[in-house]
Amino acid sequence: MEITCQVCGFAVQVQAARISGRWEMSALRLEVNGREHQVEEIDPATPLLWVLRDSLGLVGTKYGCGIGMCGACVVHVDGVPVRSCLTSAQAVADKPITTIEGLATDGELHALQEAWIEHDVAQCGYCQAGQIMSAAALLKENPKPSAKDIEEALAGNLCRCGTYLRIREAIESAAGKMNGGKEIGS
Amino acid sequence: MIYQGLHDLTKEVEDKRAARTSADPMNRRLFLKVSGLAGGGMVLAFRLGSGPGSLLAASQDGDKEFAPNGYVRIPSQGKIVIFAKNPEIGQGVKTALPMIVAEELDADWADVEVQQSEIDEERYGRQFAGGSLAIPLNWDPLRKAGAVARHMLVAAAAQQWSVEASECRTEKSAVVHEASGRRLGYGELAEKAAAVPLPDPEAVALKEHSQYKLLGKRITGVDNRALVTGEALFGIDQKVPGMLYATYQKCPATGGKVAEANLDEVRALAGVKDAFVLEGNDHVDELMPGVAIVATSTWAAISAKRRLKVTWDEEGASKDSWSSSVEKAHELAKGDGTLLREKGDVAQAFENADKIVEAFYQYPFLAHAPLEPQNCTAWFRDGAVELWAPTQTPQSALGKVAHTLGIPEAKVTLHQTRIGGGFGRRLVNDYVCEAAAISQKAGAPVKLQWTREDDMAHDFYRVAGFHSFKGAVDSSGKLSAWQDHFITFSDDGERPVAAGSLGRSEFPEYLLSNFRITQSMMPLATPCGYWRAPGSNGIAFAVQCFLHELAVAAGRDHLEFLLEVMGEPRWMESGNPRALHTGRAAAVIRLAAEKSGWGKPLPEGRGRGLAFHFSHMGHIAEVAEVSVDADKRLKVHRVTVAGDVGPIVNLGAAENQCQGSVIDGFSTALGLQVTMEKGRVQEDNFHQYPILGMPATPQVDVHFIQSDYSPTGLGEPALPPVAPAICNAIFAATGQRVSSLPLSKHGYSA
Repeated sequence: MEITCQVCGFAVQVQAARISGRWEMSALRLEVNGREHQVEEIDPATPLLWVLRDSLGLVGTKYGCGIGMCGACVVHVDGVPVRSCLTSAQAVADKPITTIEGLATDGELHALQEAWIEHDVAQCGYCQAGQIMSAAALLKENPKPSAKDIEEALAGNLCRCGTYLRIREAIESAAGKMNGGKEIGS
Repeated sequence: MIYQGLHDLTKEVEDKRAARTSADPMNRRLFLKVSGLAGGGMVLAFRLGSGPGSLLAASQDGDKEFAPNGYVRIPSQGKIVIFAKNPEIGQGVKTALPMIVAEELDADWADVEVQQSEIDEERYGRQFAGGSLAIPLNWDPLRKAGAVARHMLVAAAAQQWSVEASECRTEKSAVVHEASGRRLGYGELAEKAAAVPLPDPEAVALKEHSQYKLLGKRITGVDNRALVTGEALFGIDQKVPGMLYATYQKCPATGGKVAEANLDEVRALAGVKDAFVLEGNDHVDELMPGVAIVATSTWAAISAKRRLKVTWDEEGASKDSWSSSVEKAHELAKGDGTLLREKGDVAQAFENADKIVEAFYQYPFLAHAPLEPQNCTAWFRDGAVELWAPTQTPQSALGKVAHTLGIPEAKVTLHQTRIGGGFGRRLVNDYVCEAAAISQKAGAPVKLQWTREDDMAHDFYRVAGFHSFKGAVDSSGKLSAWQDHFITFSDDGERPVAAGSLGRSEFPEYLLSNFRITQSMMPLATPCGYWRAPGSNGIAFAVQCFLHELAVAAGRDHLEFLLEVMGEPRWMESGNPRALHTGRAAAVIRLAAEKSGWGKPLPEGRGRGLAFHFSHMGHIAEVAEVSVDADKRLKVHRVTVAGDVGPIVNLGAAENQCQGSVIDGFSTALGLQVTMEKGRVQEDNFHQYPILGMPATPQVDVHFIQSDYSPTGLGEPALPPVAPAICNAIFAATGQRVSSLPLSKHGYSA
């Protein structure tokens, strides 16, 4: 059966729980990027990653390892960076979630997104959403991070292409601009 | 231009294909296609439309467009579209290749919109990502594609103004007639340009290097905005109506078959639509036996896979053991091996030697581990299949999928997506064939999603290698003899596995008058493949470290010793401008040394190490500066890269490739290794395959010599010198010689 999200209209394919299934199917409310989504008939233990990607069509958050080792799946829950591959959707129901798709405000890119473009950070680009989300959480907490602060905050975000030098430059550049008075939302 | 002996990868691919042609007519056809490419077919790959009638295309809103060839479309209003033909795996071609067209077209980059092209061999020639070949193979065709379009736009303007074309010039997407002060934008000329007869592309003038406005600049990647806002670009992001989600479990020991599986139990799990066995076709690069699970979400499919219990019939499966292979390699090293190549009188040179050094070098199997796990979306219907695939070889995938499904190749359509890392893994299309077969059997569109564990267990690994060396320096301190007993692996007992050969482009061929190369092979069932800078990625470590050992034995400065080995400036293969040139080599070695402060004093405990390696047509030298503390914590402070790959297309991306290669090379040398026991790969996720993170990242300084030679690629050649430069620096800092990788096995950490 197909269920449509009441808020965004995104069609979700679900199947009723089978009797022998070990899931308790239920409905979930998720607040993602300032919008409320109702996801019907879902195993509430489903990692947030797959609810975002498969149910809500928010595919900017990436699957890399499934064990919290690579950071490609980082999103913010209550403003705090979490690994969505290890966070059950149920555990974050009714908490504000921000994904890479919600980082820009009113069409204006976050200073980090701008810096990522300016410094041409990406090679394959697959890890970059997670890198940016980790960096955004850092700057919110610590607007003037030292090089060491940046390294520590980003240590769990792997980039197989090895773009770390540019990631660091972009964060420093964005932090500089944000401290220069430019209004940033997140 | 003739590309003889492009490099070992191409040769090796051709050799392998040639070896298979007699048995398999399908492969003969493929072989001919590849030969055409390597032997000069790239010129033919420039394809114009079928005639003037095809130049004017009507867009959907009825607007008239000028479409002189497969690369350029100019509508009367709106952006100039330039098509990117090859898969983007992070090497930057989706930006760099269109830049080449735009330069000759004289289009303002701000007016250009880049679109990924369809897969169309007639129109685009070979479309693939591999061998650092995109730039060298497409440089001439793309320049001509842009120049032809520009020529026709100028002709159209001249006609409209009734002036000579020679009186007109172009700038920023417009034709200008200076004398009368008139100017027409390309869009305004589109319809008229479409009526201009196609010029002979060979006769159209190309710009001189000094006239470039765009090439050589730092241009940010065309997908960057979409990347940082999370748009659906990658294979894993694809979705089609009614799509189901699949996983596929194969035997962890390659070649095992399904004996029994709890399919009924799996089918009863919530979210699971079906579970079934695929027998496969026994081609490891197509479809091996396994159990497919088709579900309503990725998570349902992954969860069900965890509950899947399969009993494998491993009679014909891999029994490979890394620990046994290492033992055997040491045994084999006591013998001579089979002669591969020799020159001069090695025995005499050893007799006359002042110093003789012997050493045994070893490097491990590696996984590619691109961050986007393998996946593919496939929709089989009405006897045809449509694919959305992150593959480095989309054209080859068509044939593989057709063979797997038993349908004609014409019934296979493939859309290329952006790719979350290639490194050579996605040259093989096994996951594409699997997705197609699962969709066919399930009767629904499916997205096949491998887990990270699947990716680690079913790679086409970088083959391990062993070198038993003996080298000599004479009384004047010159390198006088070199002997390398190379111990590699073979899956057929006849020739080495993919990328397991010691090619002629490797040291010391051409450079020494006395050398002897022998080879031994050990059996292997684990599939191997091409990993960034195939062959050279391991060989450079062994060869360039052993060269340093000899320099040390001779009491010589490594820089001076290396320059002496290079000798007078000359091409190493006459008539082949893609071969090693000792003058280019010496120039980058000198530049790396100069920029790194070679020879200048360092604080106690620090050392510099130098390495040069020629691979993939690139001349690259690197100097690493490291320190090691009492606990063997290794700090790589700085790596200086000096390269000559001819003129640089996109400077920012070229620097990025070098920075990334250094980090990849360091990460790999420090801690990465794949081991097999009982045919099973032991490392199953990043906790056992520790890709380095930001804190260990060294400073990387990149310097290019932009020589006038035709440009070549940078996806690979900056990687091979990294490990030997670091290991030579460790020796300089500590006196400890590391002769097997990874470093972590010797207690080093970052």
